[in-house]
Amino acid sequence: MATVVNDVSLQVATVNGSGSQSANTVLLRAIFQMGVPVSGKNLFPSNIAGLPTWYTIRANHDGWVARKKEIDVLVAMNPESAKEDVANLRSGSAVIFDEPLGLSSLRSDLAFYPVPFDKLVQPVGGDAKTKKLLRNMAYVGVVAQLYELEMPEVERAIGKHFAKKAKALELNLAAARAGFDYARTNLKKNDPFVIQRMGANRGKIIIDGNSAAALGAMFGGVTVVTWYPITPSSSLVESLIAYMKRYRLGPDGRATFAIVQAEDELAAIGMVIGAGWAGARAMTATAGPGISLMSEFVGLGYFAEVPAVIWDVQRVGPSTGLPTRTSQGDVLSVAFLSHGDTRHVLLFPATVEECFRFGWEAFDIAEHFQTPVFVLSDLDLGMNNWMSEPFSYPEQPIRRGKVLSKEDLDRLGGFERYRDVDGDGIGYRTLPGTDHPAAAYFARGTGHNEKAQYSERSDDWERNLARLTRKVDNARAALPAPVLEGQGAPVGIVAYGSSHHAVLEAREQLRSEKRIETDYLRVRAYPLSREVESFVKGHERVYVVEQNRDGQLGALMRLDLTAELVPRLRSVAHIPGLPLDARSVTEEIASREGR
Amino acid sequence: MADAKTNRIGLTLADYQGSKSTLCAGCGHNAISERLLSTMFELGIKPERVAKLSGIGCSSKSPAYFMSRAHSFNTLHGRMPSVATGALLANRTLIALGVSGDGDTASIGIGQFVHLVRRNLPLVYVIEDNGVYGLTKGQFSATADLGSKLKTGVANELPPIDTCLLAIQLGATFVGRSFSGDKKQLSTMLKAAVAHRGTSVLDVISPCVAFNDHEGSTKSYAYTKDHDEPLHELSFVPVFEDIGVEYGAGTTVEVRLHDGSRLQLHKLEESYEPRDKVRAVVRLLEAHAKGEVLTGVLYVNTEAPTFLDQLGMTELPLATLPADDVRPPRSVLDDVMRALS
Repeated sequence: MATVVNDVSLQVATVNGSGSQSANTVLLRAIFQMGVPVSGKNLFPSNIAGLPTWYTIRANHDGWVARKKEIDVLVAMNPESAKEDVANLRSGSAVIFDEPLGLSSLRSDLAFYPVPFDKLVQPVGGDAKTKKLLRNMAYVGVVAQLYELEMPEVERAIGKHFAKKAKALELNLAAARAGFDYARTNLKKNDPFVIQRMGANRGKIIIDGNSAAALGAMFGGVTVVTWYPITPSSSLVESLIAYMKRYRLGPDGRATFAIVQAEDELAAIGMVIGAGWAGARAMTATAGPGISLMSEFVGLGYFAEVPAVIWDVQRVGPSTGLPTRTSQGDVLSVAFLSHGDTRHVLLFPATVEECFRFGWEAFDIAEHFQTPVFVLSDLDLGMNNWMSEPFSYPEQPIRRGKVLSKEDLDRLGGFERYRDVDGDGIGYRTLPGTDHPAAAYFARGTGHNEKAQYSERSDDWERNLARLTRKVDNARAALPAPVLEGQGAPVGIVAYGSSHHAVLEAREQLRSEKRIETDYLRVRAYPLSREVESFVKGHERVYVVEQNRDGQLGALMRLDLTAELVPRLRSVAHIPGLPLDARSVTEEIASREGR
Repeated sequence: MADAKTNRIGLTLADYQGSKSTLCAGCGHNAISERLLSTMFELGIKPERVAKLSGIGCSSKSPAYFMSRAHSFNTLHGRMPSVATGALLANRTLIALGVSGDGDTASIGIGQFVHLVRRNLPLVYVIEDNGVYGLTKGQFSATADLGSKLKTGVANELPPIDTCLLAIQLGATFVGRSFSGDKKQLSTMLKAAVAHRGTSVLDVISPCVAFNDHEGSTKSYAYTKDHDEPLHELSFVPVFEDIGVEYGAGTTVEVRLHDGSRLQLHKLEESYEPRDKVRAVVRLLEAHAKGEVLTGVLYVNTEAPTFLDQLGMTELPLATLPADDVRPPRSVLDDVMRALS
């Protein structure tokens, strides 16, 4: 049997609430520390405890980190899902399983490794509850022995995870060693997969997108955060709370921020709008159902021209949908959120590095354009762990946009809030509390003239809406530009957000397996850069890859493109509720290309 | 007519004026705007320090009609509390004045109202209460009394929500009810509410001359005048006029407010103690049973911490902190990156 080095997808099937997350993190980190590119994806139910959950770790020497459909090694700990999990495996895969499940007889084309986990952890120590948790660390030891993970790296990863819990550290180390020793003595390796040390991860970090976003916000000078808990965005704010408490105390030792858990998403966004109006760098984080509730306030923010940053960590809708599964299903509704003529600025981070970068940059954009800015992440990007280069410190100082101070007003004598003085559609604003008799203006969601006075006049309405159109349209050139890869191929691919990782791998599969060369434009913001149109012009067929049913970015592109370019677009839209995999993209594009 | 008289910070009444009201002539809300304006003038509060916030409805239009020199935000229907909360988080030094109506507060906005009250956010929250929707031309609101009749003769079949009762139960620390037609009581109550630190909820019966001022309505001028039961006579001694005021021992309760001002309640009802929450609730329920419009300062608590005090924020407004205070240095990012490697 030919050995397969550093190309394996390992899935742990457990019951949620059983404490397997620590063990899975340790496995991920151990592989990472061995310098092998690795990614982890948690597929979990909307439930506290007792339902099946799967965690997939993919190690790949080429650095592919998207989900891979095929599982090479299954760790079967869950009686409920074990039979179906085993039935789904490809021939030649391996199964490590809890011995009492008796899976060995199910198939003859798999390698089976029975392990009596309860017996293994019995001598390790701890009470009954601890022993249950330690079963997980025991499978880490088994995996390490069978797939040649270096035990010192496993132990280092356990050390990092339990750094502040001496007793737990000791028990977990013992459990991992028990698993390792059992496998060495009792199991005969009968599959081709091994992990070997590489040098691919030097200097890299591992972080989830929500924590990266939180860090970005902190370095963006966020001062007011108001939120309502909702999966998969809650961990963004929880991570932010932890960082801010540690790093954002002022010279007086007091907080330079306020974080408030609101009574619902209506209040969360209302507080953001109030804070943004009063001059704070204010943000909230939510998911689809919260976005729906925020609709009316977002229209007010757009029309009264209040800076705000809204993270939408997308899950699967409509309605409550699949709360713990990933999608890119909010793009279209967010682009035009709220009634009447609105249009919003959207940012699409694809990596944890971009979650960090857009985390701070979104505030500069929101304050510059005086409008709500949405950052569209998703569950896959936000809640899963990703490798990354370390983040770079913001290269530009904080930009607060057009805010008039008392001294400015002394010089100018007065101002008109919604007058387009500079021809860019952006008026000057003042903050409540500015100590000047001409500072105040009347912010409102009702029709208004340039002086912010109530007006129902048609000319005022039209002038104001035209200016708002101009303002948001101008954002095209100022937002993060699309990223182009490749040149001269007849086939183009457009994608955004977390679909990026599957597209990278799919392009390689298309090239090497299907002889299809592609160019790739990764869109990073809406309104769309003019480069998007140029890209479509330069390609006969453009596949728009995204994780929703109807091809939502494709729809936005069709609104922008001239009529003769529209037929060039082909939607590759997938929404299984699982992170996008390369194979699905490759096969669909190849088939439509006649290969 | 220009009264050149200046207040203690050298401003004239004209410095507190707003745009011309577009509400109906005789609307109770206009009288309340007048009282708000004169309160701020007489207390010598600089308009620039005030933030006026409102929801949607006739009442919520009124911040345009006083104090043009104060920033103002006319927000969404029933959502003024959240916007006010955000504004105060951004700048804790603002003097926040919320103006709302009975529909805005007790129907569409009841969720935000109770949570604002629960947080004891430092804000004066005035409910201009006429029991009816004016801008949509005369539908009942949730504060309309059982049996009160619309102009069409339709009677309200649901019990009213008493916003004062709710506010007292859920954490407001200064709660009063007044009548737009009672100039003296309303003025005094407003001054005390501004001097108080915490959520002040003032439910001001403000008859709607267009849709709810007829025979059979329990929010008309005539009905309110006839059924007004003042708990006490009020007087207010601002901190900058700290003069001794004589009053008969045993007949007056004095409450020292946050800024050192004093509110005196000269007892008309012998047993009423406005710092007794249970008594306040009981007395309001009794008033409902008797069909009284109980007015006065129903409840005051000068001890409870406000929401802003509980957050551990720095004293300066977050909105204008220098960049160095809100963007941690490069070394912090290096630390965090090291921990993640």
